[in-house]
Amino acid sequence: MMEVTQSGSAQHAAVLREFGCEHSLLSRPDGSASFVQGDTTVLAGVYGPAEVMVSKESFDRATLEVTLKPKVGMPGVAERSKEQCIRQTCEAALLTRLHPRTSITLSLQTVHDDGALLACCLNAACMALMDAGLPMHCLFCGVCCAIDQQGTIKLDPTAKEEKESRAVMTFALDSTDCRVMMSSTKGSYTAAELQQCIAVCQRASESIFQFYRDSVSRRYCKA
Amino acid sequence: MAAGFKTVEPLDYHRRFLKENCRPDGRELGEFRTTTLNIGSITTADGSALVKLGNTTIICGIKGELAAPPVDAANKGYIVPNVDLPPLCSSRFRPGPPGEQAQAASQFIADVIENSDVIQKEDLCIVKGKLSWVLYCDIMCLDYDGNILDACTIALLGALKNVRLPEVHINEETDLAEVNMKQKNPLNITKHPVACSFAIFDDTIIIVDPTVEEENLSTGMITVVTDEDEKLCAVHKPGGTALSGEKLQDCISRAITRNKEVNKLLNEVLISVKPK
Repeated sequence: MMEVTQSGSAQHAAVLREFGCEHSLLSRPDGSASFVQGDTTVLAGVYGPAEVMVSKESFDRATLEVTLKPKVGMPGVAERSKEQCIRQTCEAALLTRLHPRTSITLSLQTVHDDGALLACCLNAACMALMDAGLPMHCLFCGVCCAIDQQGTIKLDPTAKEEKESRAVMTFALDSTDCRVMMSSTKGSYTAAELQQCIAVCQRASESIFQFYRDSVSRRYCKA
Repeated sequence: MAAGFKTVEPLDYHRRFLKENCRPDGRELGEFRTTTLNIGSITTADGSALVKLGNTTIICGIKGELAAPPVDAANKGYIVPNVDLPPLCSSRFRPGPPGEQAQAASQFIADVIENSDVIQKEDLCIVKGKLSWVLYCDIMCLDYDGNILDACTIALLGALKNVRLPEVHINEETDLAEVNMKQKNPLNITKHPVACSFAIFDDTIIIVDPTVEEENLSTGMITVVTDEDEKLCAVHKPGGTALSGEKLQDCISRAITRNKEVNKLLNEVLISVKPK
């Protein structure tokens, strides 16, 4: 069941691309989701809580492992860095202390990359964790924005816009207070521009969280 | 008795100090450990630097090699950083291929080099389309006591300032590169990025320059990289508890002050090093 929505907020010509998601599309993982932002598509699968290797076992919490596979080629150092960001964001959102000595495995596959990849991965990860029914104390969403050479802030840039811009920033925001959980930036910018970008992303995250609520309620409240 | 309490309840032990706005080693919340910088210690490398941030020891060695420039950027050279966390520095690292922390640190350093424009890659090109320099920056940790990202960026900057590359030109008749080892030039360093790392405790308290115990007990980490023009090159917060706007602004201000302290130290060290 595929749902598609369009949303926008007209500041700085800052509009999110058309986004949509699909739940439970894979049969083997405990939870799975696919998230589409414009042309960028990421597929996520979650297994857990499951058996953990004794070497990675943690006595008081669940151990989360994240694997991100690029569309072409072997995973490299850049993928490891993104995996670290996604893993620590998920660990902060999940109630890992409810499942000690278990493992939760999150596998992400890039189906197509047209900009804002890390943000799309975070959204797919959150939807897959929800689909798996894992307890979380807040939801999170990923928002990407770019500052172009003239200083305008563009939300959800395409790959072409990312290449032409002076700075690209990806933030993970939590659903309770809309504060910054994760930040990954490229390029250089001033502190004032950073605060402006965070404000723009916080406004955009409201529409993404509303979409999460709508898609889950549509799924569980079938008339 | 305090040692027993620290082993049994490490988080509570640290919390008691933080309530009094100080830390177990006597530092304030915003105070860095003593930073020591030694430049040019590896004679076989083209440039090197050794940094000690408290107990954390990082060494960076840079070697230059010749290669053909990349096909899509014929007027640029390469700069290839690699961070290695060997089993020597801490018992948490096992022998074998680099783990996630080492790879994420390598990616972080590569991003800092690219975002801050510390050197222009065009300066590394010798002959457009034919010959350029490749700078291999090997950063190795010798003692892991927390906050390696800060120490790695200082080591990298120190080593880059110490690099002396020989003059190279292509002989028209033989079409081979000729290296003149007698004439060595330093690199043109345009920006001086400095990283400043913070650990977030219990969602509210932010401490600067965490030791390895503080890192393990923290609920989040954030690293801010600034250059000397007070522009931000990176705000690296790989997940963890959320941060409000005001706390983020405090971190940025502290990072800007740290940039000035480190650049002052770097300049003093460079003046004292005799030119080769």
